[in-house]
Amino acid sequence: MKQFLAFVRKEFYHVLRDRRTLLILFGMPIAQILIFGFALTNEVKDSEILVVDYAKDNASQELLTKIGSSRYFNIRQAALSHNEILGTFQKGKIKAVVVFPANFNEDLLHHNKAQIQIITDASDVNTANMVTNYLSSIIMDYQNQLNQNLEIPYRITPEVRMLYNPQLKGAHGFVPGVMALVLLLVSVMMTAISIVREKETGTMEILLVSPFKPVLVIFAKAFPYLALSLVNVTAILLLSVFVLDLPVKGSVALLFAESTLFIITCLALGIFISIKTSSQQIAMLISLMGMLLPTMMFSGFLFPIENMPVPLQVISNIVPSKWFYIIVKSIMIKGLGLAALWKETLILFGMTVFLLLVSLKSFKIRLQ
Amino acid sequence: MMQDDKVIVCEKLTKRFGDFVATNEITFDVHKGEIFGFLGANGAGKTTAMRMLCGLSAPSSGKAIIAGYDVYTQTEQIKRNIGYMSQKFSLYENLTVLENIEFFGGIYGLSDERIKSKTEELLQRLGLKSEANKLVGSLPLGWKQKLSFSVAVLHEPKIVFLDEPTGGVDPVTRRQFWDMIYEAAHSGITVFVTTHYMDEAEYCNRISIMVDGKMEVLDTPTNLKNSFHARSMDEVFYQLARGAKRGD
Repeated sequence: MKQFLAFVRKEFYHVLRDRRTLLILFGMPIAQILIFGFALTNEVKDSEILVVDYAKDNASQELLTKIGSSRYFNIRQAALSHNEILGTFQKGKIKAVVVFPANFNEDLLHHNKAQIQIITDASDVNTANMVTNYLSSIIMDYQNQLNQNLEIPYRITPEVRMLYNPQLKGAHGFVPGVMALVLLLVSVMMTAISIVREKETGTMEILLVSPFKPVLVIFAKAFPYLALSLVNVTAILLLSVFVLDLPVKGSVALLFAESTLFIITCLALGIFISIKTSSQQIAMLISLMGMLLPTMMFSGFLFPIENMPVPLQVISNIVPSKWFYIIVKSIMIKGLGLAALWKETLILFGMTVFLLLVSLKSFKIRLQ
Repeated sequence: MMQDDKVIVCEKLTKRFGDFVATNEITFDVHKGEIFGFLGANGAGKTTAMRMLCGLSAPSSGKAIIAGYDVYTQTEQIKRNIGYMSQKFSLYENLTVLENIEFFGGIYGLSDERIKSKTEELLQRLGLKSEANKLVGSLPLGWKQKLSFSVAVLHEPKIVFLDEPTGGVDPVTRRQFWDMIYEAAHSGITVFVTTHYMDEAEYCNRISIMVDGKMEVLDTPTNLKNSFHARSMDEVFYQLARGAKRGD
């Protein structure tokens, strides 16, 4: 045990003395959370709204004045065809398009119900949601105002279309996503590099000749990164709760337990990479290309998996971060417990055990 | 010499990798306090043999007893009783002199007091007192090598294995380094050293030369020179290694 502690202390010296490592370790999660968080806290104020008014009647004018008088929206009017409407989003300035159908007022008077179409750019999910909510509440307000002295109430139904991302995947998803990314970087890449570095400098030989057990060498090298990763998880959670007002709905303890499991998965991967490679550059490349890229693509963090072709959906299942991402999102945002997540947890656990066994086995082979 | 005086006993030690016989039935003994030179061209099988002796790789056949322990079954005890220093520099550059000593003392399981007294003594002897808190990476190579050797014998091993310890070091430092080796041998530590420098070979008590996995000769430098009618070890080595079929 004393030997193990001496080793762990040495590892911490390595990490804490290397400024670049430190920067990656602690600068990155903070920067990422803040960058993504800035996008999240972007307030809907003076948003550009394009109005396509096919009706041009009393009701539509009244409603438009109401929307325009709120401080949230700047209204521009234009007469466009349906296809042209879609084109307006591509410049990115217009946050939403409100379409009044041709006989808006008449529908309201004769059928007591009318529709308004709201089209938003859901590639920025948070803004899209907020704009829709604000618009809907203004419409509700107008509807209530009309209905004050009526026996049969008017009903105006806003028909909402979320462009680009109909299922609103990714809402608040960035915190779990960043967590998966950061843990991956720290645990896979840093561990792999730190073990390979010992091989490169020749100190690994010295360690293997010492009575310190080879397996313990590996564990002692991985241990500091487990600790640092947990510090990172804490930092990310604190930032998301106190800076971004995104609370953890589920159990924090469960969240940490699952994170630890994922970190161990990553460490096992890092160890595996370090055994198979002999230079720091290669270890880094493999970690980046082999781990970071699949995480970005297949975890569901940036691109909804449901929209992918089937083969890619199948591939996504072998990416550990996908399961971790689902778990964290469910705990943080939906507040689910282990009862609902046992399947994902089991998959992640299985992957961890498998990777650990494979890396220990190839480590033994290398020793022969 | 007496039987129990032997710290390395090797009998027909062999290592095969598939069809390739890296080390072919080498047989030799090394006595306590001896400086044993282990020579051979690149690819002659030195490294493989040394790895077996250190308990890093299991032999294919043959027998080897290191410091009284069997290389097949007692690698754990062997590792406790040997020190090792390789041609690649083997301390941590971004740790200070003190931290390196503490670390290596730590993984050999030395007590804190022992590490402390050993450190004191070591720094005194190397004249590194004022550099104790400097990063090893900032020291000149010669000092690094000497420090590296001192760390390799920190736990007072019975045998220290030196794998081309003086590669890339200037002649003066090499001389000083050999003084340290003599000192260690004098205190009873057996030194098992590989080198490509033939002047260094002359400093050894006995020399073995490996050619194509076999141990061709084993004797004192003087006897070897006599039997090969050579003026220097250089010539002896050249005559033997010229016949080698294996290269890098």
